[in-house]
Amino acid sequence: MAKKLNLDRKAMPKQKPWERIKNFDEVALGYTVELAQAEAERCLSCKKAFCSMGCPVGIDIPAFIKCIRKGDYAAGVRKIKETNALPAICGRVCPQEEQCEAKCVLGNKDAPIAIGRLERFLADYEASSGKRETPDRTEPTGKKVAIVGAGPAGVTVANDLALLGHSVTIFEALHDCGGVLTYGIPEFRLPKAIVRREVDYVRSLGVDIVTDFIVGKTRTVDSLMEEYDAMFIGAGAGLPWFLGIDGENLNGVYSANEYLTRVNLMKGFRFPETDTPVKRSAKVAVIGGGNVAMDAARTSERLGADETHIVYRRSRKELPAREEEVENAEEEGIIFDLLTLPTRILGDERGWVRALECIKMRLGEPDSSGRRRPLPIEGSDFELEVDAVVIAIGNSPNPLIPNSTKGLEIGKRGNIVADEETGKTSREGIWAGGDVVTGAATVISAMGAARNAAASMHRYLMDEDK
Amino acid sequence: MYKVVERKMIVPNLHELVVEAPHVASSVQPGNFIILRADENGERIPLSVADWDREAGTVSSIFMQVGGSTAKLAQLHPGDEIPTFAGPLGRETEIEKYGTVVCVMGCYGIGSMWPVARALKEAGNEIVAVIEARSTFLLYWLDRYKELCDKVLYCTRDGTLGRKGHAGEIPDMLRSQGVKPDLVMAHGCTFQMKRMADVTREPGWKTVVNMNPIMIDGTGMCGVCRLTVGGETKFACVDGPDFDAHEIDWDEFLARRKTYFVEETEPLRHSGCGEHAEEHQGVSSG
Repeated sequence: MAKKLNLDRKAMPKQKPWERIKNFDEVALGYTVELAQAEAERCLSCKKAFCSMGCPVGIDIPAFIKCIRKGDYAAGVRKIKETNALPAICGRVCPQEEQCEAKCVLGNKDAPIAIGRLERFLADYEASSGKRETPDRTEPTGKKVAIVGAGPAGVTVANDLALLGHSVTIFEALHDCGGVLTYGIPEFRLPKAIVRREVDYVRSLGVDIVTDFIVGKTRTVDSLMEEYDAMFIGAGAGLPWFLGIDGENLNGVYSANEYLTRVNLMKGFRFPETDTPVKRSAKVAVIGGGNVAMDAARTSERLGADETHIVYRRSRKELPAREEEVENAEEEGIIFDLLTLPTRILGDERGWVRALECIKMRLGEPDSSGRRRPLPIEGSDFELEVDAVVIAIGNSPNPLIPNSTKGLEIGKRGNIVADEETGKTSREGIWAGGDVVTGAATVISAMGAARNAAASMHRYLMDEDK
Repeated sequence: MYKVVERKMIVPNLHELVVEAPHVASSVQPGNFIILRADENGERIPLSVADWDREAGTVSSIFMQVGGSTAKLAQLHPGDEIPTFAGPLGRETEIEKYGTVVCVMGCYGIGSMWPVARALKEAGNEIVAVIEARSTFLLYWLDRYKELCDKVLYCTRDGTLGRKGHAGEIPDMLRSQGVKPDLVMAHGCTFQMKRMADVTREPGWKTVVNMNPIMIDGTGMCGVCRLTVGGETKFACVDGPDFDAHEIDWDEFLARRKTYFVEETEPLRHSGCGEHAEEHQGVSSG
């Protein structure tokens, strides 16, 4: 090939760290047309698109990048939407560095095409153009589908099945839609206006969304199945995990779910203009090293903490969070206490957190996860003085449906057991996907599972798969 | 949106709220709670269910006006609409034939005990109601209980009705009436329930309490409602709200209940009622 490889991967403009820690506005500002063009120019349009193979929903990536190069952004959006209903969201929160971008040929030269940024560019372009195309829908099939949960999995299934002509109703337990996109991921990483826009789009396809409806309580799965031809369960995350150390029920100890829900879903950062309070703590320790831990720590900074610590028992290399999120957190002044294991939370006489007792760790031989096992260094324990502790070490799947539904196979961790390929559960006519099946995972893996489930449900509904 | 059918102050500071919510009315059971928001900026407030009408599709709760959020609820009028009314939530109370069941209640618990007492009676139990309050002017729904129960006893702090004293007097009251409980149920403010746990431990009366922690989603996601029961962390929204009173770590629960006391009453300080709120600083929020 005569063309010289262009390795100048375009960075995305961001709010400056010292400005952004004072607001909840989006940190990454998105490509301009010029930047998007320059980045799209670099794509080699490989015949064998490894990038697409790395995408859990199989987006035709070279094709949409070609549309950007031609300046036909509307066509680019159409191309993405053939397989992904939520590009503005995926462009922002997918771990592209482990998926499409990891497979990019230019990755060998450390300069993979910034596929996520380009996806986001197209989605935002469509939104700002004000012209939203609704794809053609198939003739109504007369089949009724119930979906549990308006999170990324549920909304994806709803989109796919509505386009195929089925009548779709989503039942959502909370008062707002979006699931973890709304209650969990902060505004500064995923503006809620974008989530609302994407949910409204799915509504525009004729999908009915019923909020304040807790399947398993308001009505059971069995009662709904008398009315619907098929069901998809995407009930999402459940009970937060705690470490099992002393002091976890002290005042000032929060699960990340609670901390983030107060701020995101309930808009606690605007208290007392809004009614749900969130404590303004001076020194905060966030335990865990994943994306949720980064979200909680960066939220703490924005709530005005003097000091926020990430306490993680392995080293920086093992942090499960996206590199981009770790860098953002570092830029914002979060202190990383790595190779540090919390052993006890200490309280004052009124039952409030006063300090986190920790011990230093070193890395030993690899464990079953392939990561080097952290081992305590004797005599290295110390107290970190804090007035709040946020525990961000994951959660189990939501228990309401497993607890209230007979004949649904439940796994050891309380998860709904579903076929990996199709999402089928042990009950005829019922599919499941997302965190309720896998435990806490990514938005895109939930959407990938949802996409497969929707295809399987369609075959079932059309009597092709009985 | 959900229509407010009725909102009236039934005794000082306690309000009855009736909301049209057929999706909840059709499946609610004794011991359940609901979560509502008064307006779009509102907190998600958990309220125990006090009654329902499945045909009319309405659900009733009794709530106490404590802080800013309940003050908003107290200003609702029939015909108003509220944006959130979700439920039923929590496990229902285990209704069986136990024998003699003593239902101890006070405050909003006089309301939330009603469906429980009714179901226990239907299951063939002998029901002894013990209704507790600071004074007679805080009592309500007495006619209902007189009609339903085999015996109704009163206990007031000022002695204006029944035994003078508080929940601690109840075992003695029961003994003097010859009542031998097979089960004690308690609904009311945290302090009253804790007191019942203390005084029923010695005679060995199994006691079930309907807990009222801080909640947000109420569906087993956020974990704020956790409490220690029998040495294990439980979540009131999905494991409760009914728990064995003798297994609960009450000191921890009382501390957690007060986490947001300052913030709860914050709005009141900006509404011209500042002095009033200050006066109530020391009072446990029920």
